[in-house]
Amino acid sequence: MKRSNWQELIWAAVITILAAFWPMLANGYWLGIGVDVMMYVALATSWVLFSGPTHYISLASAAFFGVGGFIVGTGMSDYGTSFWSMLALSAVVGAILAALIGLATLRLSGVYFVIFTLGLAEMIRNLVSWVQNNFLGSRGLYVLTDFSDEHLFWMLLVTSCSIYLVGWIISRSRLGFAMRIIGGNETVARHVGINTSMAKVILFTTTGLFGAIVGAIIAPRWSYIEPNQVFSPQLSFFVVIMALLGGSGRLWGPVVGVIPFLLIWNWVDANFPNQSILVLGLAFLLIVYALPNGFVGRIEDLHNKMKRHS
Amino acid sequence: MIDILISGLLLSGTYALVAMGLNLQYGVARIMNLANGEVLVLGALAAFWLYTTSQVSPLLTVILVIPVSFTGNWIIYRFLLTPLVKRSKTQGALEVDSILATFGLSFIIIGIIVSIEGGFFAYKYLSEPIRILGSTTSLNRLLAFLVAALIGVALYLWLNFSRPGVAVRAVAVSTEASGLVGINVPRVSAIAFALGGTITAVGGALISTFITLDASMGVVFTLKALIIVIMGGVGEIRGSIIAAGILGVVETGVATLVDPGLTLASAYLIFVLILLFRPQGLFGKHTT
Repeated sequence: MKRSNWQELIWAAVITILAAFWPMLANGYWLGIGVDVMMYVALATSWVLFSGPTHYISLASAAFFGVGGFIVGTGMSDYGTSFWSMLALSAVVGAILAALIGLATLRLSGVYFVIFTLGLAEMIRNLVSWVQNNFLGSRGLYVLTDFSDEHLFWMLLVTSCSIYLVGWIISRSRLGFAMRIIGGNETVARHVGINTSMAKVILFTTTGLFGAIVGAIIAPRWSYIEPNQVFSPQLSFFVVIMALLGGSGRLWGPVVGVIPFLLIWNWVDANFPNQSILVLGLAFLLIVYALPNGFVGRIEDLHNKMKRHS
Repeated sequence: MIDILISGLLLSGTYALVAMGLNLQYGVARIMNLANGEVLVLGALAAFWLYTTSQVSPLLTVILVIPVSFTGNWIIYRFLLTPLVKRSKTQGALEVDSILATFGLSFIIIGIIVSIEGGFFAYKYLSEPIRILGSTTSLNRLLAFLVAALIGVALYLWLNFSRPGVAVRAVAVSTEASGLVGINVPRVSAIAFALGGTITAVGGALISTFITLDASMGVVFTLKALIIVIMGGVGEIRGSIIAAGILGVVETGVATLVDPGLTLASAYLIFVLILLFRPQGLFGKHTT
């Protein structure tokens, strides 16, 4: 048990407590930004949980997120159930969906997984629209709760913390140790007797579970839900960019990536809406060519250099 | 039933062509190109734009597209992707890098396309009905199929019976071994990548004669091409053709019998079956 592990946890706790006061300082526009930031922090951290150690690029975030939002919408609008029971249901469904995808694709090389997740959100959206049009008869769903933005912010903060804690516990468990070996060299991992595909499936399942939870929490914010809106593929790309920009080598890396990217994106989208997609492209290229380990990697490089000099 | 079979097979001609392009890029140049569909849309945009502004026949556009897209794709490979190939220590690292880089590229291409034409690429070219074996289809579909078949056969002959073609196939088998027998691997990879992109762009110009596209549709074509390549087996041209036939017919069947909104879902169903039962592809050798 290294001391730095505990130090990291204490730092995380301090930042969490500070973040919890945000809704009291900000309102309106900046509170909205806060909710966005928290949502992406949760999604990107759960992305790093799986893709950090395995180096498998998952583009499935939008699919899980959409499933969560859609379940809350259907349950509350068509069946009159409570928000909390639907939140629990979406977590279960998200986890099952991720496990099934994992079982089908993670036994094979990473490319199959990326391709599969690439169109997943779009495919589920098609299926959901088809089922709605032919069997349920309604397209829009109403989610009416008395949650305001600060409630959503705190719920997302709690979710982010849980993801971080789960990741922290995993990284110190047998599973985390196995994942580090798999990330280093999968053949070696298989030869020392690690069930590599099972380890990956378990980890991906946690990503799916949390993705669906975040989608479910965000649902009350829209109050009116349509499949086209909750299954937006752009969300998956955002999550990947933010996580890699921050650095996927550390569990807290995404926090560093989310805030600057969201601020830049909002500015570009407000001022040059037609060029916003170019920014998305440039961000990917920037990550590949200039920041292969993200901001965190850069900071750690500098830190090591300074240590050697002093 | 015969309607589904015929229009499905006609559709699969262009699918097969696009998948061959991707197969060259992934099988030979080892680049998982997620911008493939956007290159296809660029080809479609060229056909649409030249036809609506100056009445250039899409067939002529196909010929014009060849040098432009070959040069464009060669530049992309040479300056954008070669640094990644040199930097990567393992095939896995190159895959992650090339996926992210071509992903970025795809968004940049979409941005460029949107600034030229934000709406649908709708135009009418040879949309007269014709009858084949008692089933009615349109002339542009048949023409696109014939051109695709012609290019496909030419490519197949070139790969199998010419010296550069054999070099391309050798690199597909093993980059190290072909380097040892004196093949200039970086050069062959660049040619294969550029050729793959060219074929894709040509496929896009052909598809635009009978399907109305817009800037956002590239990813669907990327996905279909990838599914075809995996179903047929990486590096297998014949496998790609048969896989494209299967996908084209299944898709058309689902679209006419169930719902046109479920074509992507049917492609996914095929994909899952392949992953579960034959991950090396219908004709691939067992390597994975």
